[in-house]
Amino acid sequence: MIKIEHLVKNYGSNCAVDDISFSVESGEIVGFLGPNGAGKSTTMNILTGYLSGTSGKVSIDGIDILADPLGAKKLIGYLPEQPPLYLDMTVDEYLNFNYDLKGCKLPRLEHIAEVCEVVKIGDVRKRVIRNLSKGYKQRVGIAQALIGNPKVIIFDEPTIGLDPKQIIEIRNLIRTLGKGHTVILSTHILQEVQAVCDRIVIINKGKIVADELTENISRAVENNRRFNVKICGPSREVLSTLKSMSGIVYAEALAERDGEAYTYMIESDYGVDVRKKLFYTMAEKGWAIIGLEALGMSLEDIFITVVDKSAEEKIRQSKPARRRSGTKDALEKQVAETMVREGAEKRALADTQEIEDED
Amino acid sequence: MLAIYKKEMRSYFINPIGYVFAGVFFIISALLCCYTTIVSSSYDTSTYFMLMIFAFVILIPLLTMRLFAEERKLRTEQLLMTAPISITGMVLGKFFAALTLFASSLLLSCINFIPIYAFASIERGNDSYNTTHIGPVTGQVVGCLIGILLIGAAFIAIGTFISALTENQLAAAVITISVILGMVLLSFLNTLIDVYWIRFIVDWFSVLSRFNTFSYGLFDFSALLYYLSLTFVFLFLTVRVYEKRRWG
Repeated sequence: MIKIEHLVKNYGSNCAVDDISFSVESGEIVGFLGPNGAGKSTTMNILTGYLSGTSGKVSIDGIDILADPLGAKKLIGYLPEQPPLYLDMTVDEYLNFNYDLKGCKLPRLEHIAEVCEVVKIGDVRKRVIRNLSKGYKQRVGIAQALIGNPKVIIFDEPTIGLDPKQIIEIRNLIRTLGKGHTVILSTHILQEVQAVCDRIVIINKGKIVADELTENISRAVENNRRFNVKICGPSREVLSTLKSMSGIVYAEALAERDGEAYTYMIESDYGVDVRKKLFYTMAEKGWAIIGLEALGMSLEDIFITVVDKSAEEKIRQSKPARRRSGTKDALEKQVAETMVREGAEKRALADTQEIEDED
Repeated sequence: MLAIYKKEMRSYFINPIGYVFAGVFFIISALLCCYTTIVSSSYDTSTYFMLMIFAFVILIPLLTMRLFAEERKLRTEQLLMTAPISITGMVLGKFFAALTLFASSLLLSCINFIPIYAFASIERGNDSYNTTHIGPVTGQVVGCLIGILLIGAAFIAIGTFISALTENQLAAAVITISVILGMVLLSFLNTLIDVYWIRFIVDWFSVLSRFNTFSYGLFDFSALLYYLSLTFVFLFLTVRVYEKRRWG
């Protein structure tokens, strides 16, 4: 559906997008993940024909965006980072304007009503956009992208500045849209792409560093070996039991206390899921597990690991080629190592602080 | 293009700017008309039209300053640029919206001539000398109206172009005022120059000197071509500005 080949965009000497190639199949929801200034918005702007690439080829449904810009633009609905709203229009006027602008052929009233229904702005249609709340403005922006029922919908940071409830609503909406449309969205929030997308393209400094199915990235990220577990029981004995359990490489009692329960942080060995075993062991002893929480990984960690991985791959390319699965294991291992290392650092820091407090 | 045109027309009338333009236009034109004809007891309308061109220095920027500058500031140009319309269509839509408001104000301001014609008919009825023409020369008035419409179109194109260069409406207005003022004053510069060929060239570029033929009631085809090409060049430059920004 969307095909980008060797896309380069230079702003003067500054290279915003550096030889990006990827394609999106029809009906896919693809997340474009990257830190600020990675080139996400630039890529989206090129995709939608707002900017032109310095070199490279972009085609939408087989139509080259440079050869036939109007034909390609007809297929796209675009919500830029800042929703392009005319603040002095009412929502109805604005959507009607978009309807005219896009040369839409669908029955006007029904179509606009339908779009309003989908994004739930039916109750504000007569209001002036200037007076709407941020969440409603964002939704009007989304409605604008949906007018004309385009095959491809592109969202640039659609949930930025919204409250958690609205974020969830918008995410659900995007997932619903993914059933009938090809959707690309950019974000710097990992949870967002995990929640919504089928595939994740990670971009950093204008280059694609990873292009994987969401499950694979989630697995690399969530192959979590660190848990906080809350156990009722005598803390010293529980701790020694935990430490002696096979499959657990590290255990530590945390200061947190909840009635008779203490919280422990455990780290399991690679590829071992200790949760079941932990449950039975504790049950045998008669200590109740009242809480088990997997510790997540921040976006920074992921960038570090994924970006490191791409650097590592380059080195590896000069060596005899390895199989892809090997790389994936290496990635998982590396993610794990980073987590262990960082955990250790944090604990060391906490310890020194405690000592200082005692002084 | 039609969608943009409609949107611009609406925005002139849901914002105060359209009313301010029309109001100031009517007031200035009525005052000028009154002073140049009735107060100075003359039927010659050419001074009125000449002064109206000076009024355009202030009036035209009111129309054009927000055309592109505002879109750029609100980032709504992203919507227009990613919509399936050509840049030329977008520029023309905006240009014609401004031109429509300008032309309709100009036409409505023609009510200023009613009292003059009324006076003329009264005078004709009273007097016995039927040999001379009394009252404004209709051919001259129509000629001037056409000329002034063409000049307005050229000025609007210039304002449109300048508005596309900046995202600050005020800057767009100020620059447009100075550019139009410079173009109008070019003909006065002429009187200060002794060298014939320089005078000839400056005269060729001057907006006012070409208007003179209209005020004689003559229809000058070269003037028509001059104003139209001025309009075309600046609209073309506006399109180029947007093309270039895409590649920038």
